[in-house]
Amino acid sequence: MTHCSKRLVRALVAAGLLSTSALAQAQVEIQWWHSMTGALGDRVNDFAKGFNESQKGYKIVPVYKGAYPESMAAAIAAFRAGSAPHILQVFEVGTATMMSAKGAIRPVAQVMKDAGEKFDPKAYLPAVAGYYTTRKGEMLSFPFNSSTTVFYYNKDVFQKAGMDPNRAPATWPEVMAAAARIKAAGASNCAYTTGWPSWVHVENFSTWHGVPIGTRENGMAGLDTVFQINTPLHVRHWNNLREWSRKGYFTYAGRRSEAEAKFYSGECAMLTSSSAAQANINRNAKFKYGVSFIPYYADVATAPQNSIIGGASLWVMAGKKKEEYRGIAKFFTYLSEANRQAEWHQKTGYLPITLAAYEITKKSGYYDKNPGTDVSVRQMNNKPPTPSSKVLRFGSFVQVRDVFEEEMEQMLAGKKDAKAALDASVARGNDLLRKFQKTAKE
Amino acid sequence: MIENRPGLTLVTHAVLWGGVAVLAFPVWVTFVASTLTAEQVLAAPMPLLPGGRFFENYVEVLLHGAGNSEAPAWRMMVNSFVTAMVIAIGKIAISLLSAFAIVYFKFPFRMFFFWMIFVTLMLPVEVRILPTYKVVSDLALLDSYTGLTLPLIASATATFLFRQFFLTIPDELAEAARVDGAGPMRFFWDVVVPMSRTSVAALFVIQFIYGWNQYLWPLLVTTQESYYTVAIGIKRMIAGGGDAATEWHLVMATAMLAMVPPALVVILMQKWFVKGLVDTEK
Amino acid sequence: MEKRVVFRSWWLPYVLVAPQLAITIVFFFWPAGQAVWQSLLAQDPFGISVEFVGLENFANLVADEHYLASFQVTAVFSLLVAGVGMSVSLLLAVFADRAIRGAGLYKTLIIWPYAVAPVVAAILWLFLFNPTLGVVAHWMRALGMTWDPLLDSGDALALIVIAATWKQVSYNFLFFLAGLQSIPKSLIEAAAIDGAGPGRRFWTIVFPLLSPTTFFLLVVNIIHAFFDTFAIVDAATGGGPGQATEILVYKVYKDGFKALDLGGSAAQSVILMAIVIALTVVQFRYIERKVQY
Repeated sequence: MTHCSKRLVRALVAAGLLSTSALAQAQVEIQWWHSMTGALGDRVNDFAKGFNESQKGYKIVPVYKGAYPESMAAAIAAFRAGSAPHILQVFEVGTATMMSAKGAIRPVAQVMKDAGEKFDPKAYLPAVAGYYTTRKGEMLSFPFNSSTTVFYYNKDVFQKAGMDPNRAPATWPEVMAAAARIKAAGASNCAYTTGWPSWVHVENFSTWHGVPIGTRENGMAGLDTVFQINTPLHVRHWNNLREWSRKGYFTYAGRRSEAEAKFYSGECAMLTSSSAAQANINRNAKFKYGVSFIPYYADVATAPQNSIIGGASLWVMAGKKKEEYRGIAKFFTYLSEANRQAEWHQKTGYLPITLAAYEITKKSGYYDKNPGTDVSVRQMNNKPPTPSSKVLRFGSFVQVRDVFEEEMEQMLAGKKDAKAALDASVARGNDLLRKFQKTAKE
Repeated sequence: MIENRPGLTLVTHAVLWGGVAVLAFPVWVTFVASTLTAEQVLAAPMPLLPGGRFFENYVEVLLHGAGNSEAPAWRMMVNSFVTAMVIAIGKIAISLLSAFAIVYFKFPFRMFFFWMIFVTLMLPVEVRILPTYKVVSDLALLDSYTGLTLPLIASATATFLFRQFFLTIPDELAEAARVDGAGPMRFFWDVVVPMSRTSVAALFVIQFIYGWNQYLWPLLVTTQESYYTVAIGIKRMIAGGGDAATEWHLVMATAMLAMVPPALVVILMQKWFVKGLVDTEK
Repeated sequence: MEKRVVFRSWWLPYVLVAPQLAITIVFFFWPAGQAVWQSLLAQDPFGISVEFVGLENFANLVADEHYLASFQVTAVFSLLVAGVGMSVSLLLAVFADRAIRGAGLYKTLIIWPYAVAPVVAAILWLFLFNPTLGVVAHWMRALGMTWDPLLDSGDALALIVIAATWKQVSYNFLFFLAGLQSIPKSLIEAAAIDGAGPGRRFWTIVFPLLSPTTFFLLVVNIIHAFFDTFAIVDAATGGGPGQATEILVYKVYKDGFKALDLGGSAAQSVILMAIVIALTVVQFRYIERKVQY
């Protein structure tokens, strides 16, 4: 390299270092990698800012690292290279991968204990905290943003199609009857769509109907679990999806949250997606909408059972300095504060993570003033969870979801029937589970 | 021309304008979207004539960024510019030297070195992405301009081009230099470099664009928004998996900003650009 | 190929090649070596338990129908990008060669897409063809055409082919134009005197004379489609629907970075590297031959 360009590089590197280090004097800096965008990203930054202003010793640095899978991959690569962040937001399907990485993470319960922060696992909503807790009762990660799937519908369109806007369809046949009326009345181009296809139509579909997703308590009880999603009930539902798609009642919108934009833009009249979509729907929808429980099949005796969470939790990575762990613990205490949690719950549509936050919200009359906002909580607690409706803990589940969704796409494209798609999902999913079992020894 | 057929001439111009229109259409729509409000973009179909938000939208992205990305676009553009310049200049510098050595010296392992360099010719960083990431991270170069640029400087394109060019420099010049008692480096600076000016300019254009448009590598090695380049900044603005909406009008304004500098380089330095493409032949 | 006159020094040439060699070794050979080594290991994502498994990763790949399908997708995609891109470019180049007035302007107006980053190209076309927002998607619906890149693998493939082709048209155009301009006008005039019309002249004289350019562009286009389209796939389709647009380079990245299957991804890297090295040798032979004319 020539002299000149070398000097240029050096000067630029120095300039870059200066601008960041000037701010960080003497403060303990804590890197927090997250995947929150838009209005939610603003809230994350508010949390960090609020905490940073509340004390002088620590500085939380939130960094958006891409969507959940990207951010997780980046953190793992960074861990291998010895430059992992302190706090990493991992989506729920990455839980098993993180749990099995014993040397890479530090359980939240331990972080709190070592730092002498007050920490009572019982203060957290069991349906939420249970997801991130070992069978022995140790809470491994900090539940941050938890949501569940709910059903949204456009009341204006319902009215236009001559239906009662205050009565949401409760079962899948009712949803499709509504779709038929909407299409027939020309009230909307697209009747029903869904975000997160696997989460809604495999995972929550199973727990809501009280049937297991896999053996061994959905993987909670052991790594030797296998998938059980090709039962006649699952086949029937997927087959219906295919039929509805063919008739134009169901519009497939993609594997992530793309469907939400289709709903709030008014294009689609009904949506199943994350309860956390409410923040964006509120901001963008120019119509009245309703929120209700996800549909089910009324002839299934065990339905409706309870839905399970999605979203993400905060993991603390191993190998950091003691002082840094103390800052992390303080930050988690800050996040758990009841009023802060209540506000987070109300503003974002995420589940409240502590019981206190739920009580505050209830007492304030928020649920009465904003009908539909408690749907997610009530749905989670609809019935006491059974061993196979409480959590799911499958290894390599990021890949497994891709497999389920690939198979669903092939079925919807007419390349396979429902049975073949689900059989293939199970077979390919089990392959991944076995591969995971091999590298992750418990 | 061989014959004069007015009809054919008409068809000629019609086809060419058609082609130009199709090529430009996506950019036109992008430009229009960047001058609308979020609601206008969402109202399918969006209008095809510019709206009144040009100024607001561009000020917004230039100063504040969009979506989840806090990084303002001006900062990302500076990063892209620095990356592109360092890559272009770095490549040209090391390639001039190594090509000079390979052409004007006979030494053990000469062909071996040449092949070592040559094998890298078309191997994109995507193919060996994980291990390269590990190396850069071992060297503590993540989140630095060095990490962003240095691995991309390793490419044989330029070396190969200069080798071809040096082979066409008349032997008499080197002979004369030797008779005059000028050393090889003197010859390099006084004869070879000045003669290569055209090739250097041509290569610079191509490599500048290459550097500006890098995607996967910056995506991985930058974790701090202050190091984001425009190409990844845009991807970041599209809500991929989170629970948020994509602000298309701002994304499109950023896309325009990402396109303008390299497009200007191509159009203003068209002569060098064409030469660069034809000479490197990739 | 060799200089008759050379300088003599036992140390200078090594110093001169050192910077390039150092970068090549550190950022190319070292990682490539690591990829080879990792392809022989099975490990968990965090690298806590590592086990040597020999060629098992390769065996798994060969037995994996999805990996083989990815080869097929890549082949179809590459041929489409090369075929469509070259046809369009040739058409434009032939007419630009004919145009007497405004030739320079046309050239300027056609070459600039080369400067657009692949990821930006993908986003532009994605925006046009987005089933919800896209202007073109809206027109297609109005015309009664079905368009669903999220489910229809043909539509998804079409989307990335269009984006990749759009970017490559300018490159092909320049080479075709240069090729056309180097054809002696006297040849064409002679044919015209013999009474051959423009169409016949093109197919019997111009096209055959362009064949070296065409062959060269074919190779370049296939390489472009193979490797430079990662950003397009990533931004436009993410490999879906199903695995319909999962080209090899995308699969390496997805399996390695998203699915965290390091051994499998490394094995794919090794296979890709072998393909590239083979292509490099073929192209080197070709370029060398051309230079010696």
